[in-house]
Amino acid sequence: MDAVQLALEEQVAEQHRHHGRAQFLWVWLALLIMTAIEVYLAYQHMEPIRMLSILMGLSILKAGLIIAYFMHLKFEVSRMRWYTMTSLVFCLAMMLIFLPDAFRILHIGVR
Amino acid sequence: MSDVAVHSSMAGVDPYEPSLFGTYSKKIGMWLFLLSDSLTFGALLFAYTYGRISTVDWPTPFHSESIMNATLMTGFLLTSSLTMVMAVRAAVRSNAKAQRLWLLATMACGIAFIILHGREWSNLIAEGLTLPLFPTPPGEASNTEFVNVAKNVPQFGATFFGLTGMHMLHVTLGVVYLGVVALRRAFIPILFGFWLLAYFTIPSYSPFHYGSYVLLACAIVISVILWLKPKVYDASDIEVAGLYWHFVDLVWMFIFPLVYLMSTKI
Repeated sequence: MDAVQLALEEQVAEQHRHHGRAQFLWVWLALLIMTAIEVYLAYQHMEPIRMLSILMGLSILKAGLIIAYFMHLKFEVSRMRWYTMTSLVFCLAMMLIFLPDAFRILHIGVR
Repeated sequence: MSDVAVHSSMAGVDPYEPSLFGTYSKKIGMWLFLLSDSLTFGALLFAYTYGRISTVDWPTPFHSESIMNATLMTGFLLTSSLTMVMAVRAAVRSNAKAQRLWLLATMACGIAFIILHGREWSNLIAEGLTLPLFPTPPGEASNTEFVNVAKNVPQFGATFFGLTGMHMLHVTLGVVYLGVVALRRAFIPILFGFWLLAYFTIPSYSPFHYGSYVLLACAIVISVILWLKPKVYDASDIEVAGLYWHFVDLVWMFIFPLVYLMSTKI
């Protein structure tokens, strides 16, 4: 392995050494609490769209915590953060184009 | 660009360009893989959502036992992510013993997740919620509601088993990946042992009987890789393995509410 890669690995390892154990424990606790809230909501009589919005909101929040702290993206250089997250969000958002078709089938039926 | 590098080298300056993303190549490679894999899961989640929206009588078959089981599975995955960051923390501090123990703890949580998920699948199949490609279990299906779901709304079974099966495959491969990083060559006989155990203890009418061949395939591939390129995995390898594991956890954070909680039988 070349010297640059080794230097970069050591640089990243140095960043990791500064992370305290408490930070990860707090994130883990927050994730567990949000999961408990989700399970509680599942047993409430709520409009499906409203329920879906809240559950997806919590899921995005949980995903954000996992990506930022557990996957360390919060501590990467800003270029890395922007390239990865914007490309991911853009590609996933493109899939939304199929959903109106699902509503069309619901209203006019399949022939 | 190469001319610049050569001239810099001749001038006694570092001949390499600085990393575009400020980190090492292995990590960037894993991020690129995870980005592409997230599109796979994104497509499966959208397929599930599409089926749900376009089907009037979408079933809500998950009673409280299933929800509790899935919640426990979520707890195991979240805890495994915590043990994984602890393994990375131990690795960068060069604490080999703690690193191995945390990795084994992560694997244990992953195995618990797979067992619970397998139990969930087996119960659903035994009760009648199955796919045409699955072998038929002996005896009559015990739940007529599930039999009707399988017959009248086949999209549910197809998307449910497709999505959760793909995730279970990722968790299984993640456990194998961590096993290789933690135990290296010592993991190969253990993996063969797991396959033999699964092959002889899981009945032939269960889809997991055939799924156990994944373990055999992994054992063969790992044997070849570690024979061709044996190495001691360092902190960067642990971190890269951790990225994969956290991704598997992250995907479940969307599957759990969308598939289970939105289909709760109240």
